[in-house]
Amino acid sequence: MSSEQDHLKETDTEARFGFKKEQNSAFETEKGLTEETIRLISDDKDEPDWMRDRRLRALRQFHEMPMPTDWPGQPDLTEVDIDEIVPYIRPDIDTRGGVDDWEELPEEIQDTFDKLGIPEAEKNALSGVGAQYESEIVYQNMQEQWEEKGVIFCDMDKAVQEHPDLVEEYFMTKCVPPSDNKFAALHGAVWSGGSFVYVPENVTVEMPVQAYFRMNSEGMGQFEHTLIVAEENSEVHYIEGCSAPQYSQFNLHSGCVEVFVKDGAHVQYSTVQNWSKNTYNLNTKRAIAEKDATMEWVSGSMGSKATMLYPCTILKGPGATDNHITIAFAGEGQNIDTGAKVYHNAPNTKSTIESKSISKDGGRTNYRGLVHIADGAEDSSTSVECDALMFDNESTSDTMPYMEIEESKVDVAHEATVGKIGDEDVFYLQSRGLDDDDAKQMIVAGFIEPITEELPIEYAVELNRLIELEMEGSLG
Amino acid sequence: MARLEIKNLHAKVNEDGGEKILNGVDLEVASGEIHALMGPNGSGKSTTAKVIAGHPAYEVTDGEVLIHLDDDEFEDIEITEDDQTWDILDLEPNERAALGVFLGFQYPAEIEGVTMVNFLRTALNAKLEEREELFEDDEETEAEAEEDDAGYETSPMEGEADEGEIGVAEFQQLLKEKMEQLEMDETFAQRYLNAGFSGGEKKQNEVLQAAILEPSIAVLDEIDSGLDIDRLQDVSTGINALRDEQNAGILQITHYQRILDYVEPDHVHIMLDGKVAMSGDSELAVKLEENGYDWVREEVYETA
Repeated sequence: MSSEQDHLKETDTEARFGFKKEQNSAFETEKGLTEETIRLISDDKDEPDWMRDRRLRALRQFHEMPMPTDWPGQPDLTEVDIDEIVPYIRPDIDTRGGVDDWEELPEEIQDTFDKLGIPEAEKNALSGVGAQYESEIVYQNMQEQWEEKGVIFCDMDKAVQEHPDLVEEYFMTKCVPPSDNKFAALHGAVWSGGSFVYVPENVTVEMPVQAYFRMNSEGMGQFEHTLIVAEENSEVHYIEGCSAPQYSQFNLHSGCVEVFVKDGAHVQYSTVQNWSKNTYNLNTKRAIAEKDATMEWVSGSMGSKATMLYPCTILKGPGATDNHITIAFAGEGQNIDTGAKVYHNAPNTKSTIESKSISKDGGRTNYRGLVHIADGAEDSSTSVECDALMFDNESTSDTMPYMEIEESKVDVAHEATVGKIGDEDVFYLQSRGLDDDDAKQMIVAGFIEPITEELPIEYAVELNRLIELEMEGSLG
Repeated sequence: MARLEIKNLHAKVNEDGGEKILNGVDLEVASGEIHALMGPNGSGKSTTAKVIAGHPAYEVTDGEVLIHLDDDEFEDIEITEDDQTWDILDLEPNERAALGVFLGFQYPAEIEGVTMVNFLRTALNAKLEEREELFEDDEETEAEAEEDDAGYETSPMEGEADEGEIGVAEFQQLLKEKMEQLEMDETFAQRYLNAGFSGGEKKQNEVLQAAILEPSIAVLDEIDSGLDIDRLQDVSTGINALRDEQNAGILQITHYQRILDYVEPDHVHIMLDGKVAMSGDSELAVKLEENGYDWVREEVYETA
């Protein structure tokens, strides 16, 4: 063993000890980002060499790339200091890679999920919930019938161990390479946890596959990776929920989602995210849709100090379809910069983008969208609709819909509306007995209904609750 | 029995230098009575209606709008002598609704994404809850009410009813009955509140809401405008039922005699220049239909 390795082991032990004592975690890295830290993460996870090498390459790319600063109306990222972030914390749970029984979870984690109603969601309907607490998947329950059909749903770290061929082929190679943007590179270096979903040819997973993430420690980063591969003519609906409580220090969430939708397959990715008001939520989410495939993004973005998130679909095969439905809510001191990107790279492709935003108490929402129709993508069509709802004159909402159309035989529609919550609407509801707050809540609930109707009822209720709490200003 | 009493009501548009619209309106409507309020455009009819309901666009500069309630006006609530008269100008619009005042809008708002059935059940429950709060004035109940508010009872997506509320199944039955009475299609319940409704459907919907919310006094602002003859009859049936079955007092604002053939008024009032210039029985409406408003103006200002 070299002296360097010795040193690393020592740091490792110290970290474990220190952490167990004070924060009840099994292992955490030092603050900041060095090759050493990356090696530590990789070693702690017993990763194969190729994964460690990918991490190290991504780290170099991260250090080479500048922070995004000069987009019009972009959220201010000057506070994001990578050196202050603890990139990896593993909770103190015996079973690496998750436990199968809810009751085996530490009480505090059960409590946290209880408060969020997650066991309810699990009981009431659905099928598999993988819940990630800090950086590791800690709970998994997968229905046997899926396994029999060859469906894989597990946490990403486990996937690296058990399905290395699949992961090596798809992980940050063809869809989101680390060179894509600074935060994708950061993610590639420090990623941890997340979900891996693999659906074989001609298999339909009838019930939504669900995962829930929660960031619970102060000043940590969360970098979960979600990789979904839907083989030809398969179908799956994946749902992710995320939240983080309030801390004084800032948090960074920089997740990555990669979705492969093969010929004729259909994937819906839905997420309801509620981050604490000090979280910087900087994600990269992208899908590649092959011939006659359908990709659907449904997302509700709540909380965070700043969010930059533009789920993207590359319509690679002829006849591929993409639908985006997004909702953003920005209150005081928040800047939610979100939208959608679609690349029409083949003929007969279709996309629709429906974006809704709500801003209040000086909050700022941006719709930033890009629709690119390549030369030769004839008979393609796109329709973009953005609606912004504002509570007051202090709040702002901007629409930045970029359209790059290189093909003439296409159908392009864009529509944007910006409005204040109407006094007449509020008065109408009040005259029927609702008080001022309830009237406004009802109008907002109606405004976001296109999102909630796409979600299973538990998530829809959760989203409505979150928005109610935001509107009352009672969410920390 | 309930009685709405408007005394010397003055109001202006709620902005600096806003136009004065009401110049001393006096009017009384009691349970079981139908009053027609007529008058040329700009005479203040709609403003009167909106001020009664508490529209924020108007500022009341003088006068009172009182509601007098008998001790047995509401089921489950016994009204003590102290609480029998309220000046509703001091109250929020939803509190006025809780005391039994209903405004049927000429141009109702369209609220996307909110189904009729959810909206109406939420409104009905909110009204019942508000009513309880208005009549239980000690601090204890206020504290209780605040505690209640910490939950999610008001969510339009709520499931089971809380205590004292009308549950989903029970409400659906009530709604179904009322819609049948008004000959409304049952798909109505799942449509979004007024969104994409025709003019006639909107008016019918206003009457449906009154039927569900059971007001003591319903002010109906040009509920007859834009209706074809069949729809006018349906709406009129609904209005008559409000009076006959629920003993509501109706203040019917209209331009035309037409609806008064179906909803026969006990009293007809004519507004001119922001006040009630003349009152009479149903014959007065017939006379207006024949002769217009000029003779009213002449008569009123000559004798003045």
